Order: sequence, then C-alpha cells, then structure tokens
Amino acid sequence: MALVLTEEQSMLRDSARGLISDKAPVSHLRHLRDSKDPTGFSKEFWHSFAEMGFAGLLVPEEFGGSGLGFMEAGIIMEEIGRTLMPSPFLATSVVAASALNRGGNATQKSEFLPKIASGSLLATLAIDEGAKHRPLQTSLQAVRAGNGFKLSGAKALVVDGHVADLLIVAARTAGAAGEREGLTLFLVNPAAKGVAIERTIMVDAHNAARIELANVEVTADSVLGEVDQGATLLDGVLDIGRGAVAAEMVGLSDEVFNRTVEYLKNRKQFGKLIGEFQALQHRAAELYVDIEITRAATMKALQALDADVAKAASAVAVAKARAGTTATRAVQEGVQMHGGMGMTDQFDIGFFMKRARVCEELFGDANYHTEQLAKARGY
Amino acid sequence: MADAKISDSETADLEQFRNETRAWLDANCPPEMRKPVTSDTDVFWGGRNAKFSSEPQRVWFERMRDKGWTVPDWPRVYGGGGLSAAEHKVLRAEMARMGARPPLSSFGIWMLGPALLKYGNEAQKKEHLPKIAAGEIRWCQGYSEPNAGSDLASLQTRAESDGDDFVITGQKIWTSYANYADWIFCLVRTDPAAKKHDGISFILFDMASKGVSTKPILLISGYSPFCETFFDGVRVPTSHVVGTVNRGWDVAKYLLQHERAMISGMGERGVGRPLGQIAADSVGTDGQGKLDDSMLRGKIATFDVDEAALAACAERAVDLAKAGQAHPAFSSAMKYYGTELNKRRYEILMSAGGLDALEWESERSKQGARPRAWLRTKANSIEGGTSEVMLGIVAKRILDLPGA
Ligand SMILES: Cc1cc2nc3c(=O)[nH]c(=O)nc-3n(C[C@H](O)[C@H](O)[C@H](O)COP(=O)(O)OP(=O)(O)OC[C@H]3O[C@@H](n4cnc5c(N)ncnc54)[C@H](O)[C@@H]3O)c2cc1C
Repeated sequence: MALVLTEEQSMLRDSARGLISDKAPVSHLRHLRDSKDPTGFSKEFWHSFAEMGFAGLLVPEEFGGSGLGFMEAGIIMEEIGRTLMPSPFLATSVVAASALNRGGNATQKSEFLPKIASGSLLATLAIDEGAKHRPLQTSLQAVRAGNGFKLSGAKALVVDGHVADLLIVAARTAGAAGEREGLTLFLVNPAAKGVAIERTIMVDAHNAARIELANVEVTADSVLGEVDQGATLLDGVLDIGRGAVAAEMVGLSDEVFNRTVEYLKNRKQFGKLIGEFQALQHRAAELYVDIEITRAATMKALQALDADVAKAASAVAVAKARAGTTATRAVQEGVQMHGGMGMTDQFDIGFFMKRARVCEELFGDANYHTEQLAKARGY
Repeated sequence: MADAKISDSETADLEQFRNETRAWLDANCPPEMRKPVTSDTDVFWGGRNAKFSSEPQRVWFERMRDKGWTVPDWPRVYGGGGLSAAEHKVLRAEMARMGARPPLSSFGIWMLGPALLKYGNEAQKKEHLPKIAAGEIRWCQGYSEPNAGSDLASLQTRAESDGDDFVITGQKIWTSYANYADWIFCLVRTDPAAKKHDGISFILFDMASKGVSTKPILLISGYSPFCETFFDGVRVPTSHVVGTVNRGWDVAKYLLQHERAMISGMGERGVGRPLGQIAADSVGTDGQGKLDDSMLRGKIATFDVDEAALAACAERAVDLAKAGQAHPAFSSAMKYYGTELNKRRYEILMSAGGLDALEWESERSKQGARPRAWLRTKANSIEGGTSEVMLGIVAKRILDLPGA
C-alpha cells in the first residue's frame, strides 16, 4: 500500500472539504458556543452529512452503509479537524459503528447499523471513569440479576453522551480494576430507569457528558460480544478511535499551521515581515517537518487498521503519541507567533488550542501511548 | 477510478517477485552479512584498491553485483537490476527483514549516479555508471571550500578554458575519502564574471591526474575520513563537464537532494537490536521487565515513537515521488529530522552504556566503536548542508516565507 491517497480518496477528501469548509467553518463552532446550543452540533448539517453517505462510511453495505475503510474515515476526520466541526461522526460513525460491527450479533447489527448509516441513530462508547484514559481501570459494576444484569457506577467525558440514543458501556462482570479479564460491553438505552446524564460544557465547546448508572437493568441480549472477554473487543475499537482522533489532530495541526504561516507572511514589525526573521522561520520549518512525519505515521496507522485491526496496536500507538505531541506544539506555536492577537477570543486560534487539548486526552495521551509502545517492545 | 488501482495480475506478479527474492536472499546472503555493521571499516566501498574485510563480504558483494542489485533500480544497460519502483520496495523490505547489509557503499551510487542518469550524456552514462554499479571506481565529492560551506555557491576554484581542456586551480575542503577515491565530481567556477550561481560547472576527473594532491584532516572521533584537496593546474577535457557549462548549479542541487535523502536514512543502516533491549543489558530491569531507569526508558520510548513515525514518512516520501507529488525540497525536511534523530539515538546509546561506553581504546570496546560512532553522528547535521540551512530551505522553498 502506497502512503499516498488514491484518486477515489482524493475525491472523497475534496468533497468532504468543500462541504465542511462551506457549511461548518470555525465560525459555526463559535456560533454554537456563543448561543449555548443545547445539542452542541447542527442536526440539520448532520443530516446532509448522512445523505452524502458519511454517517455510514464504516457500516457494511448489507446494512445500508458504504463499507469503506479506516483510511477513508481518517480522511473525514482530518477535514473535521480543519474547521473543528462538532459532529457525531467520531462517536457514532467511527467508534460505535466499529464496536457494533466487530462485536455485535446478527440481531444487534441489523437493529442498529442501518440506523447509524442513515444518520438517525446516535451512539457512543462510555469508557473512562477517572481523570485519565485507563480502559482496564474500569470498575463500573455489572452484577447478574435474573436473566440479565444490573449496572451501577459512573462514566466521565462520554463524547456526545447527552444526545446519544444508545450507550455502549464498559463494565466489570468479574475481576478488579486493572485486570484484563472480566470486562464486558453492554448496550444501554439512555432513557432506561436509573440513568442520569449531565452534559458537561467542555473547554473546546464540543459535547460530552458525565453519566451515572444506578442499578440500571439490562437484559442478557444487551451484551455486546462475550461476557468477561470485552477487553479484546475494546482494544480494537479503541485503536480505531485513536487512529481517527490522530487524523483529526493532523487536520487541526495542519490548519493552525497554515494560518500561522499566512500570518508570518503578512504581519510587519521593525519594518519587516515577521516571516523574514530566521528565528521564526526555523521554528515554522521544524513544525512543518513534525506535521509531515505525523501525517505519515497516521496514514500508516490507518492502513494498518484497514489491514488487520488486531495487529495495528503499535502503529496506532505511534500515531496517537506523535499526533498529540505535534498538535500541542502546533497550537502553542500558533498562539505564540500570532502574538497578542493569538490570545484574543475574537481570533480563531484559541479554538484550535482548546480542541487539541481535548484530542490529546481522548483515548490516551502521548505518554500513555509511548508507554504502550515500550511495553509492546518488551522494555 | 480503475487506473488508480493496481490490477490483480500486477499484485500477483509482485507476490511472485517477493517469494523469489526472499528465496534468493535466503540462499545467497551469508549469515555474517546479516549482522549489523559495527564500525566504519566493516563497510565495503569498492574502488581500484578495493579491500574486502572478510570472505563473506566478498561473496555477498559479488553475488549482488552479478544480479545488478548493487543498484537495483538502475537500467540494466548501465549495470543495474532494472527493477520497477514497486519491485525495488519489495527488495528493500526483504533485505531489511533479514537484516542484510548493503553489499556496496558508494558516493557513486548515492549521489553521482542519479545525477548522471538525469544530466549525463549517453557517452558519460556508458562510461561511468557500469563501473559504479560494479564497484570498480570509487568517487569523492569536491563541493566545499574553506570559504564556501553553507554558502556553497560562493566557491572559487577556477576552471579556465584552454583548447579542449579546462585547467583547474584551487582548493577543496572536507572532501570525504579523497585519499582513497579514484575519481572526483567537482564544482568549479567557469565564469567568474557571472552571478554567483550562473558561472559554476559540474565536472568529473581522475584523482590520479597531475596536479591533484590531498591531505587528511583528523576528526574528533579519531578517524580521518576527510581531506583538504588541492588542484594545481589540473588538465581535464571539456567533455568531462556534466550538463551544460556554467549550468552546473542545477546538477549540484539535484545531487544534493540525493545526498540529503541518503544521509537522512543513515540511522537505519546501523540498526541492530532495539535501543530498549541494549539499554536493558546495561542498566537492568525491574520485576515487571521495565528498564531500571525510568527517565531513560521514557527517552527511549519517545525515540521509538519518533523513529517509527520517521520511517513512515520516509516510505511516504518515496511513494509521493513515485506518484509525482513530491516537493523537490522535501529531502531537506527529511535530512533535518533524520540527522537530529540519529544524534538522539547515539546520545541515548551513550547514556545507556554509562561508563562502559566511555572506553576508547580496548579490545572489549572494539577500539571504542560506540563513542567513536557517537562523535561521528555529530557531523550528520553538518555534512550535506547543516540543520540550520535545511530549516532555511524548508522555510523558503516549501513554506514560501519571505527573505533572501
Ligand atoms: C563529516 C563531514 C563530511 C563532509 N563531506 C564532504 C564531502 O565529501 N565533500 C564536500 O564537498 N563537503 C563535505 N563536507 C562539508 C559540509 O558540506 C560543510 O561542512 C557544510 O556545508 C557546512 O559548511 P561549513 O563547515 O563551512 O560551515 P559554515 O557554513 O561556516 O557554518 C557555520 C555555522 O553557521 C550556520 N549558518 C551558516 N549559514 C547560515 C544561515 N544562512 N542561516 C543559519 N545558520 C547558518 C551553520 O548552520 C553552522 O552552524 C563534509 C562535512 C562533514 C562534517
């Protein structure tokens, strides 16, 4: 596989870019934020997105989707990163769709996947409980009760948790926090008795919720995959999410960088364009190199996911670690080189900085993934 | 779009090529040539006075040469293997898989060859390329001068026309292996009146010519792979100019792109065991198998992330070039990152080695192979254009930032 977009992929990118930059530029996010929009994204736009086939991009054709790959999902994520468009794409179309597709039985698939493909159902994965991403630290309890289970515990930072029609909840059916054995994924209806959802307004003006479950009853049919064996399913689904977030960060970094370079070419001080100062030129050049290297690592990870999700872990760790570090650097340099302007809310740069911080934490930060790589390599 | 896809039969052909290549390499690459190179003297450079450091080295070189695989992607008529870009990628991957060393290291292969293929006339290609491929002639690079380093185009070595010859007078510096080389590719000023870049020619000549002398320079690593090189009225036929007289800068720049790409990949050639395992040998591990020095472990892991990302980017650079989408200055970006990363690798190796890595002259340390290699890497961000100059090129040529 060449690390270059094919003709079809370039066309996909162009059409996504056209649509997103036209209908959801950064001002779109700004408007949603300022108007304290209760949904946090445009439902109307989500429907046009779905009509283009994007919502069901990863859903197999037999369930009404377009059956494309993770490389294609990454292309959309990169474009989303360029305008910071808030949308259910990551949580529903990438993560939840992959969870159902990989772990679901025939009934679950035919019930949910077509609705995801048509854009009519929003779903999300509820995983982290503490401040940092630690999937194995899950302690939300699922105890057997009659034919089904009772779920109790809490989840933090559930992306789109306040609008989701379906929650995929990681719970412990056995073992203790930190262990691989004993994790199980459940499909939970957010309207069920005992579910409390609080929308959190996050730094990046995107959507997330804190969710509490108090003795929530679910039937045995709502188990996704195998009881106690959820860790492996989760590994794959999370890696898919990580690859997608890395792609979003590449788009975000690239966009903030392009804006910064434009600024260097236009802003004058000391009678010169500030881009003539070598101190800034070299920092811009270093950042360019960082972004290109991160882009390649991310493409490599998405290709590895397309080839075999189970074997992609190291490539994904490299991509997510690099993307986190690079995006952090890109937004920091972006603000710094814009000088005082970069610190104003009126200017868009700050939006990139805030989103980068959230993307860095989502599904594990650079330290987490660097650590995973060290472990995989046995030192 | 059907034409963007590789057809099934091409994929099948490539799979067959992979299987055959793997089998051939397995049968023909001696086990000794599957171990990482430990020192500079362990590399085969070819040339009139070529010396093999071992019998397996000779066997490996000759077998690869006979297949045209010292330069797998050059046309067969010039001694190459005639492989397509896709086949070449397969061959490289298969060699990397078994840890096979390159059979021949040569400035002719890395730098001059590509420039001749693009700018040389047919006679020059027929004359020089097969000898490069067969390791018969060893080349050196006469670019830098005492007052023309980063500002290469300010070079002053003169070439004055005299009948069918140029008469060359001047001095070069930092000429790597000039004292071992058979021929030199050299930048000379053929029009002193023209603007800096417009009066330079790219010329080839035999180091045994009358008037050429060299004097080695000792490096901090204790090696002296470079020389000062002096030209005192050296007569060279005008037919030895590559490309057009006074348009040598184009050739020089094209060659530099290849040099930079080569230097950026230099770290890979030394790959042996992963850094984390090397470090575990000296600092030990805790009960969970983690390195007993958490700061060092963190540095290594970050290095591993960056190295894997760079490898992906190097692969992508080749793919972009193949697709005709590469920026001509991208090799500067890769050169910058690759050399800075390689310096980081050796800093980590030194710190992992601790006191053991400080031995300079002893059997045990292979005459200080590690510290010498560490010191040598410091030149990576200088040779072929400094890191500062690479960043300047990225800023101006790729980002289009203003200024000189
Ligand atoms: C190991 C080694 C092998 C070499 N092999 C060869 C060879 O085979 N053939 C050959 O011809 N040459 C060779 N060279 C020479 C090499 O190309 C030059 O050393 C290099 O181009 C730098 O030139 P300089 O040493 O004159 O440093 P200078 O140009 O004097 O640079 C000094 C410092 O100033 C900085 N600087 C200069 N200009 C700028 C600028 N515009 N902006 C920012 N910073 C700047 C540099 O980055 C550097 O830090 C070799 C060098 C080394 C170290």
